[in-house]
Amino acid sequence: MAGTDIIIHDEKDNVGVVVIEKITPKQDCDCWIMENDKSVKIQSMDEIPLGHKIAMTDLNEGDTILKYGHDIGKVVKSIKKGEHVHVHNVKTKKW
Amino acid sequence: MEIPKTFLGYKREDGRTGTRNHVIILPVDDISNACAEAVANNIKGTIALPHSYGRLQFGADLELHFRTMIGTGKNPNVAAVIVIGIEPKWTKRIVDAIATTGKPVEGFSIEGVGDIDTIARVSKKAQEFSIWASEKQREERPISDLWISVKCGESDTTSGLASNPTVGNLMDKLEPLGIHLCFGETSELTGAETVCEKRGKTPEAQEKFRKTWSSYNDFILKEATDDLSESQPTAGNIAGGLTTIEEKAFGNFQKIGGCKFIDVLEPAEEPTKGPGLYFMDTSSAAAECVTLQAAGGFNLHLFPTGQGNIIGNPIEPVVKLTANPLTARTMSEHIDVDVSKILSREINLDEAGDELIKATIRVANGRLTCAEALGHREFVMTKLYRSA
Repeated sequence: MAGTDIIIHDEKDNVGVVVIEKITPKQDCDCWIMENDKSVKIQSMDEIPLGHKIAMTDLNEGDTILKYGHDIGKVVKSIKKGEHVHVHNVKTKKW
Repeated sequence: MEIPKTFLGYKREDGRTGTRNHVIILPVDDISNACAEAVANNIKGTIALPHSYGRLQFGADLELHFRTMIGTGKNPNVAAVIVIGIEPKWTKRIVDAIATTGKPVEGFSIEGVGDIDTIARVSKKAQEFSIWASEKQREERPISDLWISVKCGESDTTSGLASNPTVGNLMDKLEPLGIHLCFGETSELTGAETVCEKRGKTPEAQEKFRKTWSSYNDFILKEATDDLSESQPTAGNIAGGLTTIEEKAFGNFQKIGGCKFIDVLEPAEEPTKGPGLYFMDTSSAAAECVTLQAAGGFNLHLFPTGQGNIIGNPIEPVVKLTANPLTARTMSEHIDVDVSKILSREINLDEAGDELIKATIRVANGRLTCAEALGHREFVMTKLYRSA
Protein backbone atom coordinates (compact mmCIF):
# COMPACT_ATOMS: atom_id res chain seq x y z
CA MET A 1 0.00 0.00 0.00
CA ALA A 2 1.31 3.43 -0.93
CA GLY A 3 2.05 5.64 2.06
CA THR A 4 -0.57 8.17 3.09
CA ASP A 5 0.53 11.78 2.87
CA ILE A 6 -2.70 13.49 3.93
CA ILE A 7 -5.61 12.43 6.12
CA ILE A 8 -9.12 13.84 5.75
CA HIS A 9 -11.50 13.24 8.66
CA ASP A 10 -14.88 13.51 7.00
CA GLU A 11 -16.08 13.25 3.41
CA LYS A 12 -17.51 16.80 3.67
CA ASP A 13 -14.21 18.38 4.76
CA ASN A 14 -12.55 20.92 2.45
CA VAL A 15 -9.16 20.56 4.16
CA GLY A 16 -6.85 17.63 4.85
CA VAL A 17 -4.00 17.21 7.38
CA VAL A 18 -0.41 16.41 6.35
CA VAL A 19 0.81 13.30 8.18
CA ILE A 20 4.32 13.01 6.73
CA GLU A 21 7.23 15.23 7.76
CA LYS A 22 6.39 17.74 5.03
CA ILE A 23 5.01 17.91 1.52
CA THR A 24 6.73 20.00 -1.14
CA PRO A 25 5.27 22.15 -3.98
CA LYS A 26 4.00 20.16 -6.99
CA GLN A 27 4.05 16.92 -4.97
CA ASP A 28 1.41 14.35 -5.93
CA CYS A 29 -0.11 13.36 -2.59
CA ASP A 30 -2.17 10.37 -1.57
CA CYS A 31 -5.07 11.29 0.71
CA TRP A 32 -7.13 8.98 2.89
CA ILE A 33 -10.66 9.84 4.01
CA MET A 34 -11.08 8.28 7.46
CA GLU A 35 -14.87 8.40 7.56
CA ASN A 36 -15.40 6.08 4.59
CA ASP A 37 -11.90 4.59 4.12
CA LYS A 38 -11.70 6.03 0.58
CA SER A 39 -8.61 7.40 -1.17
CA VAL A 40 -8.19 10.55 -3.28
CA LYS A 41 -5.21 12.35 -4.81
CA ILE A 42 -4.17 16.01 -4.79
CA GLN A 43 -1.22 18.02 -6.09
CA SER A 44 0.19 20.45 -3.53
CA MET A 45 1.00 24.10 -4.35
CA ASP A 46 3.02 24.91 -1.20
CA GLU A 47 5.45 23.35 1.20
CA ILE A 48 3.29 22.19 4.14
CA PRO A 49 4.66 20.70 7.39
CA LEU A 50 3.37 17.74 9.42
CA GLY A 51 0.07 18.41 11.18
CA HIS A 52 -0.80 21.42 9.01
CA LYS A 53 -3.72 21.67 6.60
CA ILE A 54 -4.01 21.66 2.80
CA ALA A 55 -7.01 23.02 0.82
CA MET A 56 -8.79 20.19 -1.00
CA THR A 57 -10.71 22.70 -3.15
CA ASP A 58 -10.59 26.38 -4.21
CA LEU A 59 -11.91 28.59 -1.40
CA ASN A 60 -13.08 32.22 -1.54
CA GLU A 61 -13.02 34.92 1.09
CA GLY A 62 -15.92 34.36 3.50
CA ASP A 63 -16.14 30.60 2.82
CA THR A 64 -16.35 28.24 5.78
CA ILE A 65 -13.59 25.74 6.51
CA LEU A 66 -14.96 22.28 7.27
CA LYS A 67 -12.94 19.80 9.30
CA TYR A 68 -14.45 16.86 11.18
CA GLY A 69 -17.47 17.77 9.02
CA HIS A 70 -17.85 20.97 11.09
CA ASP A 71 -17.30 24.70 10.82
CA ILE A 72 -13.85 25.52 12.22
CA GLY A 73 -13.49 29.09 10.91
CA LYS A 74 -13.77 31.44 7.93
CA VAL A 75 -11.53 32.15 4.95
CA VAL A 76 -10.10 35.70 5.15
CA LYS A 77 -7.89 35.49 2.02
CA SER A 78 -8.82 33.35 -0.98
CA ILE A 79 -7.11 29.95 -1.14
CA LYS A 80 -6.38 27.75 -4.17
CA LYS A 81 -6.71 23.99 -4.13
CA GLY A 82 -3.44 22.49 -2.86
CA GLU A 83 -2.39 25.58 -0.85
CA HIS A 84 -1.45 25.75 2.83
CA VAL A 85 -4.43 26.62 5.08
CA HIS A 86 -3.54 28.28 8.38
CA VAL A 87 -3.65 31.50 10.41
CA HIS A 88 -2.57 33.60 7.37
CA ASN A 89 -5.78 32.84 5.44
CA VAL A 90 -8.27 31.48 8.03
CA LYS A 91 -9.66 33.03 11.23
CA THR A 92 -11.96 31.91 14.02
CA LYS A 93 -15.61 32.96 13.88
CA LYS A 94 -15.56 33.09 17.70
CA TRP A 95 -14.03 36.53 18.25
CA MET B 1 -14.55 -8.27 17.14
CA GLU B 2 -16.86 -9.89 19.64
CA ILE B 3 -16.74 -7.85 22.82
CA PRO B 4 -16.47 -9.95 26.00
CA LYS B 5 -19.66 -9.94 28.06
CA THR B 6 -17.83 -10.00 31.38
CA PHE B 7 -14.68 -8.87 33.14
CA LEU B 8 -13.06 -9.82 36.44
CA GLY B 9 -13.85 -7.30 39.12
CA TYR B 10 -14.51 -6.86 42.84
CA LYS B 11 -18.19 -6.97 43.71
CA ARG B 12 -19.06 -4.36 46.32
CA GLU B 13 -21.74 -4.25 49.02
CA ASP B 14 -23.84 -1.74 47.04
CA GLY B 15 -23.84 -3.87 43.85
CA ARG B 16 -21.22 -1.83 41.99
CA THR B 17 -17.98 -3.43 40.76
CA GLY B 18 -14.41 -2.27 41.32
CA THR B 19 -11.54 -2.73 38.90
CA ARG B 20 -9.21 -2.18 41.88
CA ASN B 21 -9.27 -3.07 45.59
CA HIS B 22 -7.77 -0.09 47.38
CA VAL B 23 -7.86 0.65 51.09
CA ILE B 24 -7.56 4.43 51.27
CA ILE B 25 -6.55 6.80 54.06
CA LEU B 26 -8.46 9.98 53.24
CA PRO B 27 -7.52 13.26 54.94
CA VAL B 28 -10.45 15.69 55.27
CA ASP B 29 -8.10 18.68 55.21
CA ASP B 30 -4.55 19.75 54.40
CA ILE B 31 -3.32 19.57 58.00
CA SER B 32 -4.33 15.90 58.32
CA ASN B 33 -2.07 14.85 55.43
CA ALA B 34 0.88 14.08 57.73
CA CYS B 35 -1.19 11.63 59.79
CA ALA B 36 -2.68 9.97 56.73
CA GLU B 37 0.73 9.51 55.11
CA ALA B 38 2.24 8.14 58.32
CA VAL B 39 -0.53 5.53 58.57
CA ALA B 40 -0.16 4.51 54.91
CA ASN B 41 3.56 4.16 55.52
CA ASN B 42 2.94 1.94 58.56
CA ILE B 43 0.31 -0.34 57.08
CA LYS B 44 1.02 -2.14 53.81
CA GLY B 45 -1.81 -2.40 51.34
CA THR B 46 -3.13 1.08 52.11
CA ILE B 47 -2.67 4.36 50.25
CA ALA B 48 -2.95 7.93 51.53
CA LEU B 49 -4.63 10.58 49.38
CA PRO B 50 -3.05 13.86 50.48
CA HIS B 51 -4.39 17.13 49.02
CA SER B 52 -4.18 20.86 49.64
CA TYR B 53 -7.56 22.04 50.92
CA GLY B 54 -10.46 21.49 53.32
CA ARG B 55 -10.26 24.43 55.72
CA LEU B 56 -12.43 27.58 55.78
CA GLN B 57 -14.13 26.75 52.50
CA PHE B 58 -17.76 27.79 52.21
CA GLY B 59 -20.83 27.66 49.97
CA ALA B 60 -20.65 25.80 46.67
CA ASP B 61 -16.88 25.41 47.03
CA LEU B 62 -17.28 23.59 50.36
CA GLU B 63 -20.07 21.42 48.93
CA LEU B 64 -17.76 20.44 46.07
CA HIS B 65 -15.05 19.56 48.58
CA PHE B 66 -17.43 17.24 50.44
CA ARG B 67 -18.77 15.75 47.20
CA THR B 68 -15.22 14.97 46.05
CA MET B 69 -14.22 13.42 49.39
CA ILE B 70 -17.40 11.36 49.69
CA GLY B 71 -17.41 10.28 46.05
CA THR B 72 -13.80 9.16 46.28
CA GLY B 73 -14.63 7.00 49.29
CA LYS B 74 -17.76 5.58 47.64
CA ASN B 75 -15.95 4.66 44.39
CA PRO B 76 -16.16 0.87 43.89
CA ASN B 77 -12.39 0.71 43.29
CA VAL B 78 -12.12 1.40 47.02
CA ALA B 79 -12.68 -1.60 49.35
CA ALA B 80 -12.49 0.27 52.66
CA VAL B 81 -11.87 3.81 53.88
CA ILE B 82 -10.25 5.56 56.82
CA VAL B 83 -11.13 9.24 57.12
CA ILE B 84 -8.90 11.54 59.20
CA GLY B 85 -9.76 15.16 59.90
CA ILE B 86 -8.63 17.79 62.37
CA GLU B 87 -12.09 17.98 63.96
CA PRO B 88 -14.91 15.43 64.25
CA LYS B 89 -17.87 17.19 62.63
CA TRP B 90 -16.75 17.35 59.00
CA THR B 91 -15.03 13.95 59.41
CA LYS B 92 -18.31 12.38 60.52
CA ARG B 93 -20.24 13.92 57.65
CA ILE B 94 -17.89 12.23 55.18
CA VAL B 95 -17.84 8.89 57.05
CA ASP B 96 -21.64 8.74 57.27
CA ALA B 97 -22.07 9.38 53.55
CA ILE B 98 -19.49 6.75 52.53
CA ALA B 99 -21.10 4.26 54.94
CA THR B 100 -24.30 4.27 52.85
CA THR B 101 -22.47 1.98 50.38
CA GLY B 102 -22.11 -0.65 53.10
CA LYS B 103 -18.33 -0.73 52.82
CA PRO B 104 -16.12 -0.59 55.94
CA VAL B 105 -15.36 3.03 56.86
CA GLU B 106 -14.09 4.61 60.06
CA GLY B 107 -13.35 8.23 60.97
CA PHE B 108 -10.78 9.74 63.32
CA SER B 109 -10.11 13.30 64.43
CA ILE B 110 -6.83 14.72 65.63
CA GLU B 111 -7.89 17.60 67.93
CA GLY B 112 -7.36 16.78 71.60
CA VAL B 113 -5.31 13.68 70.75
CA GLY B 114 -2.37 14.81 68.61
CA ASP B 115 -0.73 13.19 65.62
CA ILE B 116 1.19 10.40 67.37
CA ASP B 117 -1.67 8.77 69.26
CA THR B 118 -3.97 9.27 66.26
CA ILE B 119 -1.47 7.50 64.02
CA ALA B 120 -1.32 4.58 66.47
CA ARG B 121 -5.12 4.29 66.74
CA VAL B 122 -5.71 4.68 63.02
CA SER B 123 -2.94 2.22 62.14
CA LYS B 124 -4.70 -0.55 64.08
CA LYS B 125 -7.93 0.01 62.18
CA ALA B 126 -6.10 0.37 58.88
CA GLN B 127 -4.31 -2.94 59.45
CA GLU B 128 -7.66 -4.62 60.09
CA PHE B 129 -9.12 -3.13 56.86
CA SER B 130 -6.03 -4.03 54.81
CA ILE B 131 -6.06 -7.68 55.89
CA TRP B 132 -9.84 -7.86 55.37
CA ALA B 133 -9.58 -6.40 51.86
CA SER B 134 -6.73 -8.74 50.93
CA GLU B 135 -9.15 -11.67 50.97
CA LYS B 136 -11.46 -10.11 48.40
CA GLN B 137 -11.41 -12.08 45.15
CA ARG B 138 -12.10 -10.95 41.61
CA GLU B 139 -15.16 -12.58 40.10
CA GLU B 140 -16.89 -12.51 36.73
CA ARG B 141 -18.98 -9.36 36.46
CA PRO B 142 -21.07 -8.03 33.58
CA ILE B 143 -19.24 -5.70 31.20
CA SER B 144 -21.96 -3.11 31.95
CA ASP B 145 -20.37 -2.68 35.41
CA LEU B 146 -17.58 -0.75 33.72
CA TRP B 147 -17.94 3.00 34.24
CA ILE B 148 -15.48 4.64 31.85
CA SER B 149 -14.41 8.29 31.98
CA VAL B 150 -12.35 10.03 29.29
CA LYS B 151 -10.22 13.15 29.08
CA CYS B 152 -7.37 14.07 26.71
CA GLY B 153 -4.24 16.09 27.44
CA GLU B 154 -1.09 17.54 25.89
CA SER B 155 -3.04 17.29 22.66
CA ASP B 156 -1.58 17.84 19.24
CA THR B 157 -2.87 17.24 15.73
CA THR B 158 -2.47 13.47 16.15
CA SER B 159 -5.04 13.61 18.98
CA GLY B 160 -7.84 14.90 16.77
CA LEU B 161 -6.73 12.70 13.87
CA ALA B 162 -6.43 9.37 15.60
CA SER B 163 -6.22 8.88 19.38
CA ASN B 164 -9.42 10.81 20.23
CA PRO B 165 -11.39 9.13 17.39
CA THR B 166 -10.12 5.76 18.71
CA VAL B 167 -11.75 6.54 22.05
CA GLY B 168 -14.88 7.62 20.15
CA ASN B 169 -14.88 4.29 18.32
CA LEU B 170 -14.71 2.48 21.67
CA MET B 171 -17.63 4.55 22.98
CA ASP B 172 -19.74 3.75 19.93
CA LYS B 173 -19.12 0.04 20.50
CA LEU B 174 -19.52 -0.03 24.29
CA GLU B 175 -22.43 2.36 24.79
CA PRO B 176 -25.04 -0.16 23.48
CA LEU B 177 -23.77 -2.67 26.09
CA GLY B 178 -25.09 -0.56 28.97
CA ILE B 179 -21.82 0.99 30.11
CA HIS B 180 -21.68 4.34 31.94
CA LEU B 181 -19.47 6.83 30.07
CA CYS B 182 -18.32 10.34 30.99
CA PHE B 183 -16.57 13.22 29.27
CA GLY B 184 -15.83 16.71 30.62
CA GLU B 185 -13.54 19.68 29.88
CA THR B 186 -16.07 22.51 29.67
CA SER B 187 -13.43 25.05 28.60
CA GLU B 188 -12.00 23.02 25.75
CA LEU B 189 -15.38 22.54 24.08
CA THR B 190 -15.45 26.25 23.28
CA GLY B 191 -16.00 26.54 19.55
CA ALA B 192 -17.87 23.23 19.41
CA GLU B 193 -20.38 24.18 22.12
CA THR B 194 -23.42 24.48 19.87
CA VAL B 195 -22.67 21.14 18.17
CA CYS B 196 -22.00 19.57 21.58
CA GLU B 197 -25.28 20.97 22.93
CA LYS B 198 -27.17 19.20 20.13
CA ARG B 199 -25.65 15.92 21.29
CA GLY B 200 -27.86 16.13 24.37
CA LYS B 201 -30.36 13.29 24.15
CA THR B 202 -33.22 15.33 25.62
CA PRO B 203 -34.13 19.04 25.56
CA GLU B 204 -33.41 19.07 29.34
CA ALA B 205 -29.87 17.71 28.82
CA GLN B 206 -29.29 20.26 26.03
CA GLU B 207 -30.55 23.13 28.18
CA LYS B 208 -28.37 22.02 31.11
CA PHE B 209 -25.31 21.88 28.86
CA ARG B 210 -26.05 25.34 27.43
CA LYS B 211 -26.30 26.82 30.94
CA THR B 212 -23.14 25.06 32.14
CA TRP B 213 -21.03 26.18 29.19
CA SER B 214 -22.42 29.76 29.24
CA SER B 215 -21.70 30.09 32.92
CA TYR B 216 -18.10 29.01 32.29
CA ASN B 217 -17.80 31.38 29.32
CA ASP B 218 -19.19 34.31 31.35
CA PHE B 219 -16.56 33.61 33.99
CA ILE B 220 -13.78 33.61 31.35
CA LEU B 221 -15.04 36.84 29.79
CA LYS B 222 -15.16 38.47 33.23
CA GLU B 223 -11.65 37.38 34.25
CA ALA B 224 -9.87 37.52 30.90
CA THR B 225 -7.76 40.53 30.04
CA ASP B 226 -8.25 39.95 26.29
CA ASP B 227 -10.54 37.85 24.09
CA LEU B 228 -8.42 34.69 24.46
CA SER B 229 -7.32 34.85 20.84
CA GLU B 230 -3.74 34.97 22.15
CA SER B 231 -4.12 31.82 24.24
CA GLN B 232 -6.67 29.63 22.42
CA PRO B 233 -5.23 28.02 20.43
CA THR B 234 -1.82 28.39 22.06
CA ALA B 235 1.35 29.27 20.15
CA GLY B 236 2.32 25.60 20.43
CA ASN B 237 -1.05 24.51 19.02
CA ILE B 238 -0.57 26.89 16.07
CA ALA B 239 2.96 25.65 15.41
CA GLY B 240 1.49 22.14 15.37
CA GLY B 241 -1.04 23.16 12.74
CA LEU B 242 -4.15 24.01 14.76
CA THR B 243 -5.58 27.25 13.33
CA THR B 244 -8.65 28.12 15.40
CA ILE B 245 -10.23 27.38 18.77
CA GLU B 246 -13.08 25.64 16.92
CA GLU B 247 -10.63 23.22 15.32
CA LYS B 248 -9.11 22.43 18.71
CA ALA B 249 -12.53 21.88 20.26
CA PHE B 250 -13.69 19.55 17.49
CA GLY B 251 -10.50 17.51 17.96
CA ASN B 252 -11.37 17.14 21.64
CA PHE B 253 -14.99 16.32 20.82
CA GLN B 254 -13.96 13.24 18.74
CA LYS B 255 -13.68 11.31 22.00
CA ILE B 256 -17.44 10.74 22.28
CA GLY B 257 -17.83 9.24 18.80
CA GLY B 258 -21.47 9.36 17.77
CA CYS B 259 -22.85 9.06 21.31
CA LYS B 260 -25.42 11.40 22.85
CA PHE B 261 -25.24 12.51 26.49
CA ILE B 262 -28.21 11.82 28.72
CA ASP B 263 -27.41 14.29 31.50
CA VAL B 264 -25.03 17.03 32.63
CA LEU B 265 -23.31 16.40 35.97
CA GLU B 266 -21.99 18.89 38.49
CA PRO B 267 -18.26 18.40 39.21
CA ALA B 268 -17.85 15.10 41.16
CA GLU B 269 -21.59 14.34 40.93
CA GLU B 270 -22.61 10.70 40.64
CA PRO B 271 -24.78 9.88 37.61
CA THR B 272 -28.28 8.67 38.46
CA LYS B 273 -30.03 8.34 35.10
CA GLY B 274 -28.75 4.86 34.25
CA PRO B 275 -26.27 3.67 31.63
CA GLY B 276 -25.10 5.92 28.80
CA LEU B 277 -22.92 8.96 28.23
CA TYR B 278 -22.75 11.85 30.72
CA PHE B 279 -21.11 15.26 30.45
CA MET B 280 -19.45 16.47 33.66
CA ASP B 281 -18.63 20.15 34.19
CA THR B 282 -14.87 19.99 34.82
CA SER B 283 -11.70 21.93 34.34
CA SER B 284 -9.52 20.85 31.42
CA ALA B 285 -6.55 20.39 33.75
CA ALA B 286 -5.83 16.65 33.71
CA ALA B 287 -5.49 15.78 37.39
CA GLU B 288 -8.43 17.96 38.47
CA CYS B 289 -10.66 16.47 35.82
CA VAL B 290 -9.83 12.81 36.51
CA THR B 291 -10.13 13.34 40.30
CA LEU B 292 -13.68 14.70 39.76
CA GLN B 293 -14.64 11.85 37.42
CA ALA B 294 -13.32 9.25 39.89
CA ALA B 295 -15.38 10.95 42.61
CA GLY B 296 -18.39 10.61 40.31
CA GLY B 297 -17.95 6.85 40.58
CA PHE B 298 -16.10 6.03 37.35
CA ASN B 299 -13.85 2.98 37.69
CA LEU B 300 -11.59 3.16 34.62
CA HIS B 301 -10.20 6.13 32.69
CA LEU B 302 -9.06 6.48 29.06
CA PHE B 303 -6.59 9.29 28.37
CA PRO B 304 -5.50 10.06 24.79
CA THR B 305 -2.39 12.22 24.57
CA GLY B 306 -0.37 13.78 21.77
CA GLN B 307 2.82 15.26 23.21
CA GLY B 308 2.76 12.95 26.26
CA ASN B 309 0.82 13.82 29.41
CA ILE B 310 1.94 11.49 32.25
CA ILE B 311 -1.00 11.78 34.70
CA GLY B 312 -2.32 8.98 36.93
CA ASN B 313 -4.93 8.76 39.69
CA PRO B 314 -4.74 6.97 43.05
CA ILE B 315 -7.99 5.01 42.72
CA GLU B 316 -9.05 5.08 39.05
CA PRO B 317 -6.59 3.38 36.66
CA VAL B 318 -5.67 5.71 33.78
CA VAL B 319 -5.05 4.00 30.42
CA LYS B 320 -2.99 6.19 28.10
CA LEU B 321 -3.01 6.04 24.34
CA THR B 322 -1.21 8.06 21.73
CA ALA B 323 -1.16 8.29 17.95
CA ASN B 324 2.04 10.33 17.93
CA PRO B 325 4.80 7.93 16.85
CA LEU B 326 7.50 10.11 18.41
CA THR B 327 5.74 10.18 21.80
CA ALA B 328 5.13 6.42 21.61
CA ARG B 329 8.87 5.93 21.11
CA THR B 330 10.40 8.53 23.42
CA MET B 331 7.89 8.15 26.30
CA SER B 332 7.04 4.47 25.92
CA GLU B 333 6.91 3.85 29.69
CA HIS B 334 3.84 6.13 29.84
CA ILE B 335 1.91 4.74 26.88
CA ASP B 336 -0.40 1.74 27.35
CA VAL B 337 -1.79 1.67 23.81
CA ASP B 338 0.07 2.89 20.70
CA VAL B 339 -2.33 3.72 17.87
CA SER B 340 0.19 5.62 15.69
CA LYS B 341 -0.25 2.99 12.96
CA ILE B 342 -3.56 4.72 12.12
CA LEU B 343 -1.57 7.61 10.64
CA SER B 344 0.51 5.28 8.46
CA ARG B 345 -2.72 3.44 7.54
CA GLU B 346 -1.39 0.12 8.79
CA ILE B 347 -4.55 -0.14 10.93
CA ASN B 348 -7.93 1.56 10.61
CA LEU B 349 -10.05 3.21 13.28
CA ASP B 350 -12.20 0.13 13.75
CA GLU B 351 -9.13 -2.02 14.46
CA ALA B 352 -7.67 0.65 16.76
CA GLY B 353 -10.98 0.79 18.66
CA ASP B 354 -10.88 -2.98 19.10
CA GLU B 355 -7.29 -2.81 20.39
CA LEU B 356 -8.33 -0.18 22.90
CA ILE B 357 -11.29 -2.29 24.06
CA LYS B 358 -8.97 -5.27 24.60
CA ALA B 359 -6.52 -3.13 26.58
CA THR B 360 -9.37 -1.62 28.60
CA ILE B 361 -10.67 -5.04 29.62
CA ARG B 362 -7.19 -6.27 30.53
CA VAL B 363 -6.76 -3.25 32.81
CA ALA B 364 -10.25 -3.76 34.24
CA ASN B 365 -9.20 -7.36 34.99
CA GLY B 366 -6.22 -6.11 36.98
CA ARG B 367 -3.36 -5.41 34.58
CA LEU B 368 -1.44 -2.42 35.95
CA THR B 369 -1.44 0.69 33.78
CA CYS B 370 1.85 2.41 32.99
CA ALA B 371 0.88 5.25 35.35
CA GLU B 372 0.09 2.80 38.18
CA ALA B 373 3.40 0.99 37.74
CA LEU B 374 5.21 4.34 37.82
CA GLY B 375 3.39 5.40 40.99
CA HIS B 376 1.36 8.30 39.56
CA ARG B 377 -1.32 9.15 42.15
CA GLU B 378 -2.35 12.70 41.32
CA PHE B 379 -5.28 13.58 43.57
CA VAL B 380 -6.19 17.21 42.98
CA MET B 381 -9.17 19.01 44.44
CA THR B 382 -11.01 21.53 42.26
CA LYS B 383 -11.31 24.87 44.06
CA LEU B 384 -14.11 27.17 42.87
CA TYR B 385 -12.99 30.35 44.67
CA ARG B 386 -10.84 31.57 47.57
CA SER B 387 -11.50 30.44 51.13
CA ALA B 388 -12.90 32.59 53.92
